[in-house]
Amino acid sequence: MIALIVRRGIQLIFLLLGISFLVFSSMYIAPGDPAAMVGGPTATESDLEAIRDNLGLNDPFLVQYGRYLKNAAQGDFGYSYQSKQSVSEAIAIRFPNTLKLAVASMVVAIIIGIIAGLISALRHNSWLDFTSTTFALAGISIPNFWLGALLILVFAVNLQWLPVGGLSAPFYTIEGMKQMILPAITLGTGSAAMIARMTRSSILEVVKADYVRTARAKGVKENKVIWIHTLKNAMIPVITVIGLNFGALLGGTIITEKVFAINGVGRLMIDAIAMRDFPMVQASVLLVATLFVVVNLVVDIIYTMIDPRINYD
Amino acid sequence: MTNAVLTDVKIVKKKKEKVYINTIKRVLKNKLAVVGIIIILLQVIMAVFAPVIATHNPSTQNLVASELPVFSEGHWLGTDNYGRDVWSRIVHGARISLIVGFTAVTLGLIGGITLGLLGGYYKKLDGIIMRIVDLLFSFPGILLAMLIIAILGTSLVNVAIAISIWSIPSCARIVRGSVLSIKEKEYIMALKSLGASDLRIMIRHILPNAMAPIIVFATMRMGTAILSTASLSYLGLGAQPPTPEWGAMISQGQDYMWTSPHLTIVPGIAIMLVVFAFNVVGDGLRDALDPNMDIQ
Repeated sequence: MIALIVRRGIQLIFLLLGISFLVFSSMYIAPGDPAAMVGGPTATESDLEAIRDNLGLNDPFLVQYGRYLKNAAQGDFGYSYQSKQSVSEAIAIRFPNTLKLAVASMVVAIIIGIIAGLISALRHNSWLDFTSTTFALAGISIPNFWLGALLILVFAVNLQWLPVGGLSAPFYTIEGMKQMILPAITLGTGSAAMIARMTRSSILEVVKADYVRTARAKGVKENKVIWIHTLKNAMIPVITVIGLNFGALLGGTIITEKVFAINGVGRLMIDAIAMRDFPMVQASVLLVATLFVVVNLVVDIIYTMIDPRINYD
Repeated sequence: MTNAVLTDVKIVKKKKEKVYINTIKRVLKNKLAVVGIIIILLQVIMAVFAPVIATHNPSTQNLVASELPVFSEGHWLGTDNYGRDVWSRIVHGARISLIVGFTAVTLGLIGGITLGLLGGYYKKLDGIIMRIVDLLFSFPGILLAMLIIAILGTSLVNVAIAISIWSIPSCARIVRGSVLSIKEKEYIMALKSLGASDLRIMIRHILPNAMAPIIVFATMRMGTAILSTASLSYLGLGAQPPTPEWGAMISQGQDYMWTSPHLTIVPGIAIMLVVFAFNVVGDGLRDALDPNMDIQ
């Protein structure tokens, strides 16, 4: 196990280097002169030259990349071309909101997904199963920005039960929880649908296994067969889907933050792309991608721990 | 001798035809897949005959008749804040989403199949190609597309390019997996010993046998591509006004949700139906092409 963690850890370092190279070179080749963006429309040619010298833009590509990596390792991602604010600070302010949203959505997805999958599998081929699987398919197909808009329309505009947007109140307060409900449902629905589908198919597969039949033949009570023998084993692939979905949810926060006007990293990224604020784009993309690969690595390791049949060696 | 070969060729052709017919029969047995096929056909008809089906020009403004509700006279899906006919914009939007989705998936397939074939066939290239694929996989979904749009700029063409690049790693992995198993088959060995070129073996003999998972992937990916196009346009990174793109329509309609909710609801239903259709047809095809399922 330790050998696996060390090996995957080394692979992760190379992957992170690859991601940072891809993100840095993407911004390097993107059209537009960073000096002109920093200097603004009134800057003269000599001003621009001074800015280029100051930012080290005249250095060769690899020198610039090396400097970027060195600074990034120390948490310094430069300054925004637009607001002139430190990129690390801007992200640090917004990141807690993004993380809160991703975690809350995951909780919603796990609760709805597992319950729906369970009901569907235990009442296989019934109208409950049909309804649940159709809803799961609809959940995958529904654009989450549209679902968010509809939820706002019903619960915020018409019923006025929940706030229209924002995530300013602390999550442990009533107001904070109220603000979290709609965004978490919006972002969690797609993952809930995938978890439901996986739970259903996994249980249906395990139910057919020899050891379940043996347990029944031995006269084990039906409840015990389902909760101990079936569910425990059926949950292994479900846990993988949950883990992988957490990474995907981090990406999904981008759209949900825009729908509910949440001040998070996703919204920061969209604004930065629209304004061509490259340091901000680089750092926010790097952050989300890094979290994504780290989460996936942790899922892989947990997966090997809970299922001894898997051997990555 | 020649007659015997010709008979063999005929038998192989007949067998292939039978496989196709069986696949179609199995898909048509799946009720949800049939619903999906009907929705896709309707979208294709809307896309092809958009100028005929649309009752108005999708960009013509009529401020006197702005924000009309659904089932208004002359505008059965109402009008938007500029008085543009919503039905006509939905019909033209069907064309945009289909073209962008199809372009993105086709480009993604070309890239993915090429990398998958090369990686699976040539061991020496496999390592480097799979590392590139791993790198592209380390970006969650839409993030990679957004990074590409950050480089290329915001437009529908760039959205298609971005989604196609995003599709490449998944496609490459699927194709590589199939190639790795097919290239060990005896008939490939036989072709090699007969002196067939690598290119011929890959294109004429390996690729056709690896098509089943590719077809399922492409179908499912059409749904994802259409959804992503709408998402990126909603974020303001894709279609720009006044293009009648479904995602952009929702984004614009959201500002008028209090007075004209249909501007948000109608394009959303269109996106959901189409994405749902491609997903269920993809599911149906996967089940139909699965050799473990019984042939009825």
